[in-house]
Amino acid sequence: MQYKFEVEGGNFSKAGTASSEVKKILNQLNVDYKLIKRIVVALYEAEVNIVAHANKGIIDVDIDTERIKLVLNDSGPGIPNIEKAMEAGFSTATQKVREMGFGAGMGLPNIKRNADILNISSETGKGTSVEIIVFLKP
Amino acid sequence: MNDFLHALKIVDDLCIGCSLCMNICPTKAIRVRKGKAKLMNNRCIDCGECFRICPVGAILIEQDDFGLIFNYKYRVALIPAVFFGQFPSKYPISKIYQTLIDLGFTHVFEVENGVDIIKKATREILSQDHDTKPLISTFCPAIVRLIQVKFPALVHNFTLLKPPLDVAALYFRKHLQNQGADESEIGIFYFTQCAAKIAAIKSPAEEEKSPITGVINMDSAFNKVYQKVKQENGDSSVQIPVTAGFASNDVLWSLTTGESDTAMGRRMAIDGIHNVIAFLEKLEQEENPDFDFLELRACDESCAGGVLTSENRFLTVERIKKRVRKMNAEQPQTEQNQDILNYEDELRRMIFVEEIKPRSMMKLDEDMGEAMKKMKLIRQIVQMLPMVDCGACGSPGCYALAEDIVQSRGLMENCIFIQRRYEEKGMLKPSDSLQIMKNVWGSDKFESKKNQNNETDESK
Repeated sequence: MQYKFEVEGGNFSKAGTASSEVKKILNQLNVDYKLIKRIVVALYEAEVNIVAHANKGIIDVDIDTERIKLVLNDSGPGIPNIEKAMEAGFSTATQKVREMGFGAGMGLPNIKRNADILNISSETGKGTSVEIIVFLKP
Repeated sequence: MNDFLHALKIVDDLCIGCSLCMNICPTKAIRVRKGKAKLMNNRCIDCGECFRICPVGAILIEQDDFGLIFNYKYRVALIPAVFFGQFPSKYPISKIYQTLIDLGFTHVFEVENGVDIIKKATREILSQDHDTKPLISTFCPAIVRLIQVKFPALVHNFTLLKPPLDVAALYFRKHLQNQGADESEIGIFYFTQCAAKIAAIKSPAEEEKSPITGVINMDSAFNKVYQKVKQENGDSSVQIPVTAGFASNDVLWSLTTGESDTAMGRRMAIDGIHNVIAFLEKLEQEENPDFDFLELRACDESCAGGVLTSENRFLTVERIKKRVRKMNAEQPQTEQNQDILNYEDELRRMIFVEEIKPRSMMKLDEDMGEAMKKMKLIRQIVQMLPMVDCGACGSPGCYALAEDIVQSRGLMENCIFIQRRYEEKGMLKPSDSLQIMKNVWGSDKFESKKNQNNETDESK
């Protein structure tokens, strides 16, 4: 089953729309609550990353009985050093974003902790692609 | 798993099938069939929003017969502060007490006497380390049920403490027994401001028997008492036996911020069921919500806004606060207040509720594969529906209809837009459409109304 969500860069009031929708879907599919929590937290962090850093992005959600795959493609500035970005507390968020309570440098580490598989590819100046996979079968 | 027991009942004979309740229900637990509102038992959380909005009083909150109190030698009126807030401040509490005694009770006891023990227990729980944060109060039974059906992932966040009501009842039972009363001679009757409390008392989560004998709805109790209080002039001579609640801020417990003000750490109070839902939606997205304690109440202005109250909720709050200030100034702690402390250790062992289990109303099927098939079907159906959420199909909105169709609770042709499309294709005759609508809304809505206008010129 596939779903597609568009994310608007800079619009923090809409951040979380996709993760909220995905949560509803997973609840209807009777997915374990603990898994739902992990998926929703990971997706929400990734969604906020697009809002905070990129002009816009697309989230593709693919669910089957085995796993959920979330692919987030954005046309943002890209991540020059992914390894560095994965460190807890490292952040390039602007002061403005931080004032809104985001940009603590916990986004990617949180996603990594909640995902079973996390793939990030990025090209500076072009954008970033984040792939999150969580297995639904124990 | 057994269905929830509900205090709310829809009376078919009175229901006019207007669908106001269907559209306001926060858990989409109501449908209209054959012109009558129907309740889905496993979704209803007894919040009472339907009761509030029903224009013809067709929703009933079942209570115990007042006469039941006379089956007991010791007849205790267990009164929450909100009850006193129903009365204008010019009537002294002693007078309200006296009236209750005149009506047949032998004792009057304030629910808020049980607050102190729960307050301390909450603080103790909050001072321990917890993996799951924030802790969510189990005070409001409608909220407990809301979380069970709509936010199942949060059932592990409950404080699992009984409300002060139970503590007060447990204590007073022991107190009377200590004075020589037999357990079977004691009847404790709670004046409730809401349906959810009744449901919680009548079906405690565990096997355990509730210490409360019966429930009397606050609106009917108020009518009984107010009539007498108003008629009888002159000061009452009755000694107020227990005013522990009003002698301290504990009496504010059931009002908004009553719990959170006395809790610890980062805490917040939210009232109003839709406000609570909006916040919990957000809470579920956060990795480590930076909160220690949440006080969540289904009613706006918490228990002062309970569906069985008679007075304006803001006035009730103002009056309670005024009475507390007055009492604080006039009367220090009473003797009874000390007495409950003698039972503290014993009561402390009885204040926990057992684990609260999730009862998700959202899952389409137990089996994920089946649920996925249904989900795909719902998506296809939604594509065909107009998404205007008119409710003419008897379901609360297009998405709800799609779900009802997939779960065999509704028909595609219940949608008036689909009917027109089917008619154009020759798949449905207008008479078929009419019959479908009669099945949903009842026949009488499709006939001109007779004898309904009492206009005099007709009879002339």
